[in-house]
Amino acid sequence: MRRRDQRLMMISVAGAVLVLAATLTFAGLRDSVVYFVAPSELAEKASAGQRIRLGGLVVEGTVRREADGASLFDVTDGVTSVTVRYDGLLPDLFREGQGVVAEGRWQPGQAFEAERVLAKHDETYMPREVAEALKQRGEWKGDPPP
Amino acid sequence: MIAEIGAFAAALALALSLAQGVFGLAASRRDSRAEATAAIAQAAAVLCVLAFICLIALFVRSDFSVAPVAANSHIDKPLIYKIAGAWGNHEGSMLLWCLVSAVFGGVLASTRGSQSLGLWSRAVGVQGLVTAGALIYTLFLSNPFARLDPAPMQGSGLNPLLQDPALAAHPPLLYLGYVGLSVPFSLALAALLEGKADQAWAKALRPWTLLAWTCLTLGIGLGSYWAYYELGWGGWWFWDPVENASFMPWLVACALVHSAIVTERRGSLASWTILLAILGFGLALLGTFLVRSGVLTSVHSFAVDPQRGIAVLVLLAIAMGAGFGLYAWRAPKLAQPSGFAAISRESMLVWNNFGLAVAAGVVLIGTLYPLLVEALGGGLISVGPPFFNMTVAPLLAALFLVLPFGPMLTWRVGDMRQALLRLAPAAALAVLTLIIALVTTHWRAAPAIGLALGVWLIAGGLIYLWTRIRRGEGAALAKVAMLPLAVWSMSIAHIGAGVLTLGAVAETAFRAEQAVALSPGEGVAFAGRRITMIEIGEREGPNYSATRANFRVDSANGSRTIGAERRFYPTSPMPTTEVGILSSLDGDIYIALGEAVRDGAGAWTVRLYHNPLVHLIFIGVSMMGVGGLLSFVALTRRRRATL
Repeated sequence: MRRRDQRLMMISVAGAVLVLAATLTFAGLRDSVVYFVAPSELAEKASAGQRIRLGGLVVEGTVRREADGASLFDVTDGVTSVTVRYDGLLPDLFREGQGVVAEGRWQPGQAFEAERVLAKHDETYMPREVAEALKQRGEWKGDPPP
Repeated sequence: MIAEIGAFAAALALALSLAQGVFGLAASRRDSRAEATAAIAQAAAVLCVLAFICLIALFVRSDFSVAPVAANSHIDKPLIYKIAGAWGNHEGSMLLWCLVSAVFGGVLASTRGSQSLGLWSRAVGVQGLVTAGALIYTLFLSNPFARLDPAPMQGSGLNPLLQDPALAAHPPLLYLGYVGLSVPFSLALAALLEGKADQAWAKALRPWTLLAWTCLTLGIGLGSYWAYYELGWGGWWFWDPVENASFMPWLVACALVHSAIVTERRGSLASWTILLAILGFGLALLGTFLVRSGVLTSVHSFAVDPQRGIAVLVLLAIAMGAGFGLYAWRAPKLAQPSGFAAISRESMLVWNNFGLAVAAGVVLIGTLYPLLVEALGGGLISVGPPFFNMTVAPLLAALFLVLPFGPMLTWRVGDMRQALLRLAPAAALAVLTLIIALVTTHWRAAPAIGLALGVWLIAGGLIYLWTRIRRGEGAALAKVAMLPLAVWSMSIAHIGAGVLTLGAVAETAFRAEQAVALSPGEGVAFAGRRITMIEIGEREGPNYSATRANFRVDSANGSRTIGAERRFYPTSPMPTTEVGILSSLDGDIYIALGEAVRDGAGAWTVRLYHNPLVHLIFIGVSMMGVGGLLSFVALTRRRRATL
């Protein structure tokens, strides 16, 4: 092969890889992006079975555990509350009255099936999404302590 | 008094680094100025060391009149964590950033080697400006020596999750990596200013790049290991923005390590190497911004302070503006000698760089996309592991497919037929693995391909070592002993990548997890074993109290006991999980203790994981780190020999 042909070949392979990577990236961003939804927006924003992140405050006195180890708790944004079912170990920072983000799927009329529950490393931390949602609803009670 | 000495030393270091910048950039024509620049850089480094020692002393003495000490330390903390507390917080970690930058500047100033006066002094100058930028940020926006009035009687304690040996070493290593990338950046800007990036320049660049890459590798590995055994989630990598923030510079540094070889050995790819050096430091700064500003929701949490975030963004803009501006202006003038064929070691290294750079780009898009969507009013979103798995994994797979060919091919023009012949046993093993994995997993393609690639990398690396050993002279042992360190280091790192691949694929694809409620005496069948809770009780630690449960794990190989804990630190309202891990050859049994089941008659929730081959992940990362270190030793030794 002449040098020019070789260069052409390398460039076309690189181009093909780039196109493939771009396709994967855009397909990935379309399919695996997870939207953040507050409990009161569930009905209007989320379609049944879609993977979403549900964020809000854990309602005091609603955390209960089932015999199979699954946890149930209610999450509220001050307007509506939704029952979340999580069949894993709740994170160390999970606590009643505090902010939480549950990632999973929702079916109308059933508990929100969480696959992941996020509470943050730092006890003073409020998930930003939860703070935003609470601010929008006027439920925000000032910045968390430093 | 100590705090004032520290602050004074840091301020003096700032003045000196600014002088280092001015003198360094102006020194190109006079040797006397160059000597002054070197002396200034060394003095700045010493002052930064002094400032940092002052900060450590404040933490050791528990001087709660100093803000970061009061916020992050506690009288009852063990000494080692008082010391680690110095860099376990935002202010202290920024001072560490300055320290590393200044010390690297000092070392750079003391090791001119064969570089031309202009290149060297300008690199020292740019490094001085980088240090100055970091010191300005530290002193004016996050002063670690700020006093509190009145001083509290007691500190609020370090986050107990962070009271851990792996996490004490994690930030310094990561910062050595991040800030280590500032030296290639300085060298790149110096080359652009000089309009010259020759082989001597690349030779000076390589040890710094390797040092940064090795520290990033080990730092990320330690962080991942810590997340695995401390967080109690059973996983080791979560594609979290904070993890991505360190992974992107790692990918670019990895590309830079390889492209610098081409520039040094063949003189080509100089302008690409320069671009990577600029990008690498840019991503390191972006990582600092993402972590410190809190703009991205993360499972990790750090200081959320918009003002600091904006300041880092300004520093990023200045550094990248200067870098890319100079690049656009001067790079076309750099000479581009010696071409190479499509099949050659150069071309393989180009593919390596291409794959790593595209992977870094994809991770960057996935990490910043939520910010972009939010800025455009598209709502709050998150991009999770599925995105990264489906984009990064195929890219790395393609990269790993060509990797073993690189060392087998010669420079300029390689012989693909010969390389294929030599690698045939590795290919056969890989295909065999693929078939066995496909059959045993009922045709799950992705993990089978991953495992086959792991085997391909390991076998390819071993074959390369073997061909190099055979080429030597004398007795068998003499041949092994004669093998250059550079061959060992590369092979160990590449085999390590294969080992890591095996572990990562096996753990991700075949892990099992189960949540159960157990009371003492009760057991459950899990992953071919029987796990029984023996007892559960209270226990007192040095500065915490704990609930500890002991489990018996019965398998075909006998019976073992492990304990899992839930710890309560009086300084912190949250309990932490100490998981019980039982390692065996085929992987880990991992037990995390939850909470007492309400009305469950003494039952506790317990989460069980089986993580097959997970130790290979950490062994693989360690091998890559060792490979990097050996290569660094080989380069510095060679450099000393030529001085």
